[in-house]
Amino acid sequence: MSTAKKQLPRVIPCLLLKGHGLTKSVQFKDFKYVGDAVNACRIFNEKEVDELMFLDIDASRENKKPRIEFIKEIAGELFMPLGYGGGVTSMHEADQLFAGGVEKISINTAAYTNPSLITDIANHYGSQSAIVTVDVRKPLIGGYKLYSNGGQVPQKVALLDHLRRMEDAGAGEFVINSIDQDGKMNGFDLRLIQTVSEAVSVPVVALGGAGNKQHILDACQAGASAVAAGSMFVFHGKHRAVLITYPGRRELKELFGIA
Amino acid sequence: MVTIVNYGLGNLGSIVNMLKKIGVPNILTSDPADVVAAERLILPGVGHFDKGMSLLHERGLMDALNEAVVRRGVPVMGICLGMQLLLEGSEEGSLPGLGWIKGWVRRFPNMQDEDGKPLKIPHMGWTDTYPVAGKRLFARWDEDETRFYFVHSYHAVCDDPADVAATAHYGIDFTAAVEHGHISGCQFHPEKSHRYGMKLLTHVYRQETAA
Repeated sequence: MSTAKKQLPRVIPCLLLKGHGLTKSVQFKDFKYVGDAVNACRIFNEKEVDELMFLDIDASRENKKPRIEFIKEIAGELFMPLGYGGGVTSMHEADQLFAGGVEKISINTAAYTNPSLITDIANHYGSQSAIVTVDVRKPLIGGYKLYSNGGQVPQKVALLDHLRRMEDAGAGEFVINSIDQDGKMNGFDLRLIQTVSEAVSVPVVALGGAGNKQHILDACQAGASAVAAGSMFVFHGKHRAVLITYPGRRELKELFGIA
Repeated sequence: MVTIVNYGLGNLGSIVNMLKKIGVPNILTSDPADVVAAERLILPGVGHFDKGMSLLHERGLMDALNEAVVRRGVPVMGICLGMQLLLEGSEEGSLPGLGWIKGWVRRFPNMQDEDGKPLKIPHMGWTDTYPVAGKRLFARWDEDETRFYFVHSYHAVCDDPADVAATAHYGIDFTAAVEHGHISGCQFHPEKSHRYGMKLLTHVYRQETAA
């Protein structure tokens, strides 16, 4: 029996919901309409993506509630692990999302004020379902800074202190999103990925900056267990024409040197 | 009709969604009476072994499950923690399991990959899976490469190698699915494993309908 000795990392399209459409930002601004969310999901489903992650930017930026019915409609047609983030502040909302077929819930803004929400989710649904996402900016001077509410509100707590606290609260995974690299497609902030990966023991998902397959490999070599990307999977060419793509498993195996 | 046992652990929405997609009627229940009367059972679940067993006891589901599966021979399929509960016990806890499959649930040891980096636990992601020929779960399996989505820190070790229905590799070779007569289980999540999971569940439920 031949067995793969290495595990392929999870490669996760991360899609930004705005209304019933998808949008994509550069450095958390300059939003460009990508297409209809339900339709895009169907395509990603057919491409058999490892996981899919939705972030509702209306909810996170404008303190709106998660649109449970809309998420359920999307989840009903998706047969891979689906992550959702945006405006989740209560266990009641989490329960409804899980019942609708969401597998993981990402908590970002609420994590700063209500870490017990993460504990509750981890206790009821397993820590693999409790993701904490952080939006990180690197100022010209000084260390990494955290932002909540869709990158709008600076947080005082230091990056690694926050993550360790979240790990203690029960977080089973971290999505580390670089605001500086968002939409740039010129690679991840590898130092950020490495710093975080070395400090925490749960899986780290790199987000922000992926433009090609090499970037996926780079992030994993820096310590990421999984890689998420938006632009890379929805834009094509230098004029950023909308085209949904996803690397094949064979391609990824080749990239990672897995026979 | 497939009866999904809801004992309060884990996310059942995606199981319901997939059964609906493949046209298998199902109910989600925590009522022991429904379990006793079931035609086929799915025992799902995610989380801690002892918590799973305590909830089965507290909700009066132990007797119902034994009545259905042991006395009446109702086919049951455990998923993830639900599969682990089929065994005699787990290193994760101290409570006895259902004991329908002989063996124990062990934690992954500390392991390294080929580059010497520690392998993260839980094992989370898509992993190539190797069905064992002749098992009902994978009857007429025609995929060249089979992969499923896994999330787990513990894995089943069967006393009888004949109970192993599939294997996979994460640092070590481990049992990815078990099967003993009408009792089966998979460590992976078929309900989140695209066409592979859909095919597995379709096969299982078509065969049992025909039988």
